[in-house]
Amino acid sequence: MMEGLKAVIEALIFASDVPINLDRLADVLEDVDRKDIRDCLRRLVQEYQDESRGFCIVEVAGGYHFRTKHEWSPWIKKLKKGKPASLTPVMMETLAVIAYRQPVLKAEIDKIRGVDAGGAIRRLLEKKMVRIVGRKDVPGKPIIYGTTRRFLEVFSLKDLSELPTLRELKELQE
Amino acid sequence: MDYEIKLDQFQGPLDLLLFLIRKNRIDICDIPIALITEQYLQYLGIIRSLNLDEAGEYLVLAATLLQIKSRMLLPVPEGETEEDEGDPRQELVNKLLEYQVFKEAASALETRPVLERDVFERGFHEEDAQGDPSDDGILIEAGIFDLLEAFREAIEGSGKSESMEIDLEKISLADRINEIMDVLTKCRSLTFVEFLDSSASKRHIIYTFLAILELIKLRMIKAFQNETSGVIRIFLAVDE
Repeated sequence: MMEGLKAVIEALIFASDVPINLDRLADVLEDVDRKDIRDCLRRLVQEYQDESRGFCIVEVAGGYHFRTKHEWSPWIKKLKKGKPASLTPVMMETLAVIAYRQPVLKAEIDKIRGVDAGGAIRRLLEKKMVRIVGRKDVPGKPIIYGTTRRFLEVFSLKDLSELPTLRELKELQE
Repeated sequence: MDYEIKLDQFQGPLDLLLFLIRKNRIDICDIPIALITEQYLQYLGIIRSLNLDEAGEYLVLAATLLQIKSRMLLPVPEGETEEDEGDPRQELVNKLLEYQVFKEAASALETRPVLERDVFERGFHEEDAQGDPSDDGILIEAGIFDLLEAFREAIEGSGKSESMEIDLEKISLADRINEIMDVLTKCRSLTFVEFLDSSASKRHIIYTFLAILELIKLRMIKAFQNETSGVIRIFLAVDE
């Protein structure tokens, strides 16, 4: 019976366009015990890790998804031919500030980086790495920014807490 | 270490400063201001002669450096010790240290497995948007007055009286903005009218209009108008 459940979960993860979380799985599977779902997930992840497969199940952005393994990336890049537009250093720095300081204002980002971050923010918005969280209730009603689920997905993060803390990063520098 | 300089390698004046500090092997907590200012100004001269766009921000930091330098040259007034004044470099040092941490954070992010670079997901086909029958004819970019006109029509067409009912679902402008972006990501484009469902209240119409204007200002979406029918269609802005 568990084998059947494992197969269903595997199929659901495959079919899902986005990382699928435990809640969603439980929703779909209705009467199944959450503990059983978790057990199956654990076994599935393990199985894919152990075997020399081309892809595995990863936990990212709060859910589970199939992804190719890092070591095969050169082949897949060949398959996909065109290089995807990567993020420039300016965008990466801006993104780092937003990720750690969210919810954050453009003015605050400008101050930390010492340059106007407007262009970078706009491009990050276009790429869906960053979103508008709201507006601050002060004169001018400046926009408040935060990162998106897409950001977590792109950088293979389970959630924001997986980011190294600023203190850890500071220690790395010394 | 090879310090070959390419002028577009700096992500801003602070970045240039960090570069100079590293190059001169300076302790960031004890910066020799005169030396650093001189070198910085040299680079600034090159940047300005190349007429790079961001030269303005470099100028601000140059002024700051000069100001710090002059403060350090001034003798300490009688009766005050140096501690009272505080190190004039301190504010700059704090800024640099903070900036450096975020540079490090950006590097740390890059070392993670990055989607579409190191790891890949199953590709899937995006649904092509169905052609709209009202779309016969060329699309031209919609101007602000066209948008206002569409808005006016929508408001008048709503026919709802100014009811004073309490909205249980008080959505904010930010919510509406995100909603619109989500919808456009799934369907390639939508007409202005389609953004409002049939039960749209005046408030909803106004919020939708404001959200669309905001998104256009941010250049995240574009509005086009059908030359013949005048129907306005909203698309996600794409990189040119």
